[in-house]
Amino acid sequence: MGENAIEVRNLTKRFGDFTAVDHISFTVGKGEIFGFLGANGAGKSTAMKILCGLSLPTEGEGTVAGYDILKETESIKKSIGYMSQRFSLYDDLTVAENIRLYAGIYGVSDKEISPRTDKVLANLDFTAEKNTMVGSLPLGWKQKLAFSVAVFHHPKIVFLDEPTGGVDPVTRRQFWEMIYKTADKGITVFVTTHYMDEAEYCDRVSIMVDGRIEALGSPSALKSGFGANNMDDVFQKLARKAERG
Amino acid sequence: MDSIIAENISKTYGTVKALKEVSLTVQKGELFGLIGADGAGKTTLFRILASLILPDAGKASVEGLDPVSDYRRLRCITGYMPGRFSLYGDLTVEENIRFYATVFGTTLEAGRVLIDDIYKQLEPFRNRAASRLSGGMKQKLALCCALIHSPSVLFLDEPTTGVDPVSRREFWLVLKHLRESGMTVMVSTPYMEEAGQCGRIAFIKEGSILYSETPGRIVESFGETLYAVSSDRMHTLLDDVRSFTGIKYCYSFGDSHHFVVDESFSGEKALAGYLAGIGYGNITVKKIQPTMEDCYMKLSLR
Repeated sequence: MGENAIEVRNLTKRFGDFTAVDHISFTVGKGEIFGFLGANGAGKSTAMKILCGLSLPTEGEGTVAGYDILKETESIKKSIGYMSQRFSLYDDLTVAENIRLYAGIYGVSDKEISPRTDKVLANLDFTAEKNTMVGSLPLGWKQKLAFSVAVFHHPKIVFLDEPTGGVDPVTRRQFWEMIYKTADKGITVFVTTHYMDEAEYCDRVSIMVDGRIEALGSPSALKSGFGANNMDDVFQKLARKAERG
Repeated sequence: MDSIIAENISKTYGTVKALKEVSLTVQKGELFGLIGADGAGKTTLFRILASLILPDAGKASVEGLDPVSDYRRLRCITGYMPGRFSLYGDLTVEENIRFYATVFGTTLEAGRVLIDDIYKQLEPFRNRAASRLSGGMKQKLALCCALIHSPSVLFLDEPTTGVDPVSRREFWLVLKHLRESGMTVMVSTPYMEEAGQCGRIAFIKEGSILYSETPGRIVESFGETLYAVSSDRMHTLLDDVRSFTGIKYCYSFGDSHHFVVDESFSGEKALAGYLAGIGYGNITVKKIQPTMEDCYMKLSLR
């Protein structure tokens, strides 16, 4: 396993006679911001579950953070961070309790947790909310906190599943500035989004249609390749061909 | 004629003032947008107008009905699609629609005319459990359920959140058809290009409405000089532009960054020269016209 954070070849997942992910192959470099785009139902979540070590592929092979996706799923889980739009933090725990819980699960030492928590909260300008119940925070705050929790244990790769879904334009941009800083520290970022301006913020993006990767490249290469003005045009051209819901 | 009227509506949760004397009117047949940050009060306003919670103060009327005293009649003529998916996950697509039809005293067949465009897209999955639908399909199903009794007024709380760009366009085509049929539609969205498709938009900040205007007038009244800048390195460019004299604020915007200046700004050539001097390549700086999203950024960052 060389320089790549993620390498997969012919990754396939079938449920009965339904092929959710259909022979996809790609690599993601260390420290890269990789956008994993596709329509609802294209197979993104299924593929992401395999990459996170939560599900085994029906066919295909690969490595995540240097570990085998078939045999070393536990090592993968320890080396990555994950956040999703749907579930990220416990509403009935405070900000500090959520951090302590996740840090503990990922094996950060007790001695480390406290100073790192203070630093994270200071960076977020959240120090005053340390003992606030997460459930009472606005969505955008929760998402920024969830991201900080997902990278708290300094993972090699962080998976973000629609992290900015429903988040307003200002908070989305603050969120992306956090992503930039994380990537600049060498952490690989693997992100899904339905905001096509955010696709522009990625180093490279792939676009999935009906289980296959139909396009992969830097935003500027995709735009010129498809003769499109922006990433939304590229997406519309590709995803309109989709046949499944 | 006015379809929705809110007069000085206030609502407090504990110590949080969710709405502070909010007033607005929406005309019959208008497609009216609500925008604002998370926690600004959009959902609270929807819930009050849909008669699901009571305001602490103020009055509202929807098609002449008071959400507090006439809530039973009001619920028969309004459709409400909450921000969080609230259908029955273990019922199939068709069962969900039939359930809502029955609750509202109608049938799928009778309500079908209005939902036909969307229902056609759902029909291949009509025996699938709602929980197993993709995000876009779930939202289409929720819209069908909110429309099954042919309401006069439709409340949609972020209907396209989590929906892919292709399905979002389809969803908005449906909304435009509904408006053309004379329905009043009030919709919130975090997507500014969707807000731009509304007849008028209200911007809510910290429980107050800052304005309600047409998208055209909002863009016209931007009143600042706006520039776009790009280079070979975009991440660090944000902070480097922000630290240049005369930049009021700078934010990312797809393949460029946008920034607004004050009188002390020494011009695009000076900025480009400064950036080249600290190692950037492929620099372009140009004046541009604002979009809805730029207007949102201006109001929020002010």
